[in-house]
Formats: sequence, structure tokens, C-alpha cells
Amino acid sequence: MYQFFFDLTGNVIISTLAVALVPLICILLVTLFGVWLERKVSAWMQDRVGPNRIGPYGIFQTVADFIKMLQKEDAVSSEIDGVLYNIAPVLVFAGSFAAFAVIPFAATIIGSEIEVGLFYMLAVSSFVVAGILMGGWSSNNKYSLLGSMRSAAQIVSYEIPTALVVLSMVMLTGTLSLTQISELQTSSFWHWNIFGGPGWELSKFLLIPFMVVGFIIIFISTLAEVNRTPFDIPEAESELVAGYFTEYCGMKYGMFMLAEYGNMFAVSLLVSVLFFGGYQSPVGYLGKTFGIEWLVSLEQFGWFFAKGWFFIFVQMWLRWTLPRLRVDQLMTLCWKYLIPYAVINLVIIGIISLL
Amino acid sequence: MQKDGIEFMREYLKNTWDGIYTVLVGMRITFKHLFTPAVTIQYPEVKVKLPDRVRNRLYVNIDDCIGCDQCSRACPVSCIEIDTVKSIPGEDLGTTSNGKKKALWVTKFDIDIAKCCYCQLCVFPCPTECIYMTDVYEFSEYERANLLYKFSALNQDEAAQKKVNYEKFQAEKEAQKAAAAAAAAAKPKPETPAQPSDN
Repeated sequence: MYQFFFDLTGNVIISTLAVALVPLICILLVTLFGVWLERKVSAWMQDRVGPNRIGPYGIFQTVADFIKMLQKEDAVSSEIDGVLYNIAPVLVFAGSFAAFAVIPFAATIIGSEIEVGLFYMLAVSSFVVAGILMGGWSSNNKYSLLGSMRSAAQIVSYEIPTALVVLSMVMLTGTLSLTQISELQTSSFWHWNIFGGPGWELSKFLLIPFMVVGFIIIFISTLAEVNRTPFDIPEAESELVAGYFTEYCGMKYGMFMLAEYGNMFAVSLLVSVLFFGGYQSPVGYLGKTFGIEWLVSLEQFGWFFAKGWFFIFVQMWLRWTLPRLRVDQLMTLCWKYLIPYAVINLVIIGIISLL
Repeated sequence: MQKDGIEFMREYLKNTWDGIYTVLVGMRITFKHLFTPAVTIQYPEVKVKLPDRVRNRLYVNIDDCIGCDQCSRACPVSCIEIDTVKSIPGEDLGTTSNGKKKALWVTKFDIDIAKCCYCQLCVFPCPTECIYMTDVYEFSEYERANLLYKFSALNQDEAAQKKVNYEKFQAEKEAQKAAAAAAAAAKPKPETPAQPSDN
């Protein structure tokens, strides 16, 4: 995509900014629509109506909220650690924004085609922990501090099962590049990794149950990494007010919000790249049938977004189904269940992929 | 107590299975509710039907009021204030809807609804059933003074006029009596001086 913009404008800076703008717009739209969907889904699941005043079905409610948030006074308490306090929201948002650099939205729409995309994504998303700790510490508020410590403990713990599942996928596909992983799962849903990847050998069928286990593990652990219910103890409303961003208001609060929904979208896309073919269509492309190049990209973009939104919906679905886990339950789930299963899964997938 | 390995594994796997299974059960329930119509009643647009005997804002049909003051006396919080003026002969006040002849001008019938406790005790004594509870419950105001409802059909000038009329009539009666008394005193020996009537 960078090359495309570079050819178009002939300017390094403009083309870099243009490339960076795509995920930024994505995050903004995802947040605007995601918050609305969250409220609607929660309302529907509780037999309520949800926002329905601004625009059809209240679709512009979040736009109005966003405008309100922009206008708010930046109220800051006097006892904060000024520098860290101001850096924290930027850092958190930067962490979730940076993860989008390597996500291939379509075969041609990708910020940076680096070979170690998966590794980069795991590394850069743990960057968020630093921002959360900073925000919690500098707020000089017990709730913020408790929230950020819980968050750090949680994210660090749940990175292990995530990394183990990612490792098993890397063993299977033999690449760390998200584009290549997507390309391997060619345009039929039967070739997706959840169904054992491309090909028709025996190993493919042997892999299916272990792929499902891997998918469940990575879905749970990424859910915990983005601090969503049932793993939302860092921002448990009933215990910690709002967790690590209790003291923030106005646009700084908005940055945390953007980061949260950006993260949700990023992990949803990661899961769909690893197991559900990434941007690949499950049924084939109209663009290839008619031989229109740009339509293929557009379709891939659409499919990828649809998959991402589906997983976001599942995350919301879980949020309004399950109660919050206690800290010890959270750690039990991670260390005693997810990690052993992930290790066994890793070994078995390794053996099968040798066949 | 040390569990042996097999028992431990069985429990471990059962926990895993229970975890997944119960989550799925919960998800099925919430998914069903996703398509259940909302039970919300969107209040200003849709209103629930109130029960028949609901007690809300008081209303006085002043055309039927005979100014008997019974509601005011029944009120436990004294939120009803009534002033009446007697009519003078020749004034026709009409009748109430149940045929009673009205004899008093109701110059003031104020209900301070802010004080009202909605006990409905004023409604039962009314002989003409002219004070009653309505089903209106949306009457919030920005000024407390606006909650003082004035039901009297007469405005201030008319009320003052009625009062003047009555006083004039009364004075005339006094004068007549005095004149009669004077005449009586002039002829025979005066027995007792006429007492001024106290109405």
C-alpha cells in the first residue's frame, strides 16, 4: 500500500501519512460503531431498546457522545504525576494503533509487509501494559493503581497461552507473516486453518479438533488481554469505579476508549487471520470472476471486516452472558487450564505437522 | 487427602468440560433474548393504562360547587382554601347538576397541589361530587407558585364586587331594621333595642 501511495504522490512523508491514516480511520469508525453496537447488543440481550433517539436506531448516539467528550474540560487533580499522566493515554493508544500496521486488510491493503508481523503484533500489543501501569500509578488514586496492577498481572499472564497458540500456528504454517498466513488459506472456507489448513491429506483431518481447541484458547486469552468481561477485573465498575482510567476525563479518557475498541478489533482480526482465513473469502470472489482487480481488494476488505465484526460481536455476547471472574479464578483459568492445554496442543500439532 | 492421579485427571477434564458447556448454555440463553422484543415502555410516547381508582391531580368542577367547605375541613394537610360570600336576594346562582340550589358565591377555591398528599379524603364528603381525582400525573412546574390551582369561577374584581354587594345589602338591612326600630321606639315605649344581626 505504501508503494501505491508513493507511486501516486511521489512523496515519502505524504505516502507514509496516508498509509497510517487507514488504520486510524478504521479504529475511529470501529469505536464509534462498536460503542453503539455494544449498547444495542446489551440492550437487546436484556430485552431493552437501547439508544434510539439520535438518528435511526440511535446510530449517531456515539457521534454525539464523542462531540461531548471533545468539548469537555480537561479536569486534572492536583496530586498527579504530570508527565506520566499525560503520556499514558497516548502510549496506550499508540500500542493498539501500532498493532494495525501489520494487519493485512486485503492482499494489497497492508501498512507494513514485514516478515515477522505476528511477532511484531504480540510485542507491540504488550506495550499497552506500560501505558496502563503509568496511567494507574500517576493518577495517585487507589482504584486506578489497583486496576492497573490487576491489568498488568492479567495481560502478562494471558500472553503466555496466546503466544503458545500463535507458536503452534507458526509451526503449522511455517511463517510469521500475517499476509502469508492469510494467503495460505486460499479462497475457500474448507482451507481455513480452523479446518486444518489447505490440502486433503490425513493430517488435515487429524488437525481439526486441535485447531478448535487452539481457537478456543486464543479467543479466551485475547479476550483477557483486552480486558473485556468476563476478564474485566482491571476496570471492574462495581469495585474500582473505572479502573486505571478513573481519573481521566475528556479526550484523554477518549484515548483509552479508542484503545480499548482498537484492541478489541485488533485481536478479533488476529484470530480471524490465524484461524478463519484472514481476508480470504469463504466462497470466492466476484472480482476474479469478472476479472476486476480492485473489486477483489474491496471484497477482501469487506470479508475481513465482517469476520472482525463477528468476533467483536461474540466478545460482546460473552460480556453480557458471563459474570466477572475473581482474581484467583482468573489466574486459575490461565495457569492451570489454558497453559497446560496450550502446551499439549502445541506438542500434538507439532507431531501432526511432521506427518 | 491426596487425590490419586486418575481421579485428579477426571476432575480436571470435568471442570474443563463444565466450563465450556455452561458458557455455551449461557450464550444460548442470551442469544435467545437477542431476538426477544423489548419490554421497555417508551414513556412519553407510550403510556401505561392507569388503574381505575388511581389518585392523581385533584380537579374541582366549580359549576357544581356549593361552597359547603366540607372538603377543606376533611383535608389532613389543609391544602384547600375556600372563601364564600352569601348571595343577595334576586341573584340567581343556578342549580348543581344533582339539583341542589346554590346559595353561596365561591369567591376563592384554591388547592395547593404541592401540599396535597393524594389521600382522596376531600372527595368523599362532597355532597355534589364536584371535587375528584383525575388521571393527570404530569404537572411538574418550575415555579412552586404555579402549583397553587385556583378553581373559582369569579375573578378578583367579581369576587370583590360580590362582597361589596353583600355588604351593601347587609347595610341596607341594618338601616331598615334601625329605621323600623326607630319607628317602633317613636310610637310605643321601646321594649328592647334591636340587636344587630350577626350574620
